[in-house]
Amino acid sequence: MADGAVPRFWREIPQRYNLIGNQCGSCMEIYFPPRESCPYCRRKSMGKMKELKLKGHGEVLTYTIIYTAPEHFEGQTPYPIAIIKLDEGPKITAQIVDCEIDDVKIGMRVQSTFRKIQEDGYIGAIYYGYKFKPVEVK
Amino acid sequence: MKEVGIISYGGHIPRLRIRSSDIANAWGKNPETITGGLGVFEKSVPSPDQDVATISVEAARAALARCNIAPKDVGAIYVGSESHPYAVKPTGTIVGEAIGATPILKVADYEFACKAGTAAIQTCMALVKSEMVRYGIAIGADTSQAAPGDALEYAASAGGAAFIIGREKIIANINETCSFTTDTPDFWRREGRKYPAHGGRFTGAPAYFRHIMSNAQNLMNSVNSKPDDYDYAVFHQPNGKFPLRVAKMLGFTPDQVKQGLLCPIIGNTYSGSSMLGLASVLDVAKPGNRIFVTSYGSGAGSDAFDITVTKNIKELPREKAPLVSELIEKKQYIDYSTYAKYRDLLYED
Repeated sequence: MADGAVPRFWREIPQRYNLIGNQCGSCMEIYFPPRESCPYCRRKSMGKMKELKLKGHGEVLTYTIIYTAPEHFEGQTPYPIAIIKLDEGPKITAQIVDCEIDDVKIGMRVQSTFRKIQEDGYIGAIYYGYKFKPVEVK
Repeated sequence: MKEVGIISYGGHIPRLRIRSSDIANAWGKNPETITGGLGVFEKSVPSPDQDVATISVEAARAALARCNIAPKDVGAIYVGSESHPYAVKPTGTIVGEAIGATPILKVADYEFACKAGTAAIQTCMALVKSEMVRYGIAIGADTSQAAPGDALEYAASAGGAAFIIGREKIIANINETCSFTTDTPDFWRREGRKYPAHGGRFTGAPAYFRHIMSNAQNLMNSVNSKPDDYDYAVFHQPNGKFPLRVAKMLGFTPDQVKQGLLCPIIGNTYSGSSMLGLASVLDVAKPGNRIFVTSYGSGAGSDAFDITVTKNIKELPREKAPLVSELIEKKQYIDYSTYAKYRDLLYED
């Protein structure tokens, strides 16, 4: 990430650290990442989008194993990336950690965890955010 | 004197482990000599996406999961570590944001080798007692560095614990604390250097043993107690042997030390060491139990605490976050080459 990306990342800290999404006050649909307006209710949702902290629990809908990783992730291969359906409804894409790749299964319960996502070389900023791991406390 | 103590606590230990025997084999050493000499059998290793900020956040979230306090009521966060991810930019800011305690918040990062976390407890105690804050969170965490092939490599591990300090619904009263500090260059890391250096055998008698012995005796003198009065004793754990030896020298038994002694199976978590030991004791503690905690930080100093568990611990839902024993059980072994890759031992500066 180039230096110019620091403000862009910084603006997204609430959603990256704490899964802050939002909810349309008109149709009650929940969004992550948060939206400016509800794509269904459109102008009826204006001014009614309420911040909502998602609990970070969900289940794996599908996943893939990455063997050829993008820049900054080469050292972690092979690693799983999954689409996770959160209990509140939104689906998000995230890395699965603390789990052997053979143990990742569709339908498995996962919870969010706080991890380093990437760093801008040896001198740039370090970016943190959510990844998901198998549930710890039932 | 107003009561002050621990409201809740939480720990975090990365899942990866490397066996001491694998490290010994990589360097052509005899594994039995190493494990026998140090009393360390395996150690935790951070994955490439874990550092002191992530460990601190997980520990703080575990502590908050066990109690009902609103994150906005946390008025201070102090993170003690010698492996903060940034040389300049406090880890505490990341923790504060990640637990939702910002922006009306006092934050600073501490460094005092392995006792920076207990120094953070003392700071939080003072802020809580003086009513400058309602709750303070003290964290000790490290992903400690060790040069490849150095004796430190067998023990330098990763982990941390967080303690919420407050005045209300105290699960463990901190009756007294005292410190002992001198200028003793037993272990250090110079600015800009990747790995620490140490004085070898000099880290023993004039450093670890002198500071812990003196401080522990001062604490017992000030509260008029003796080793028999305590159910548990936790000492800083640079290896598996020192804490048992210092305990014996002070008159504590191995039974008192056992529950808090984690180094043989997770290594030395530096700033997390005595704090994870205390967390492990609180995992099983009962009302009325008395706990003796003495940390040690090279350079050198020691903080000691006389703690009494209250009846409130029965209402603390300890199961809402992983117990230290559960964090220890969840593990995945890696070999030395993976360890070298993950710990960035192959880097070129």
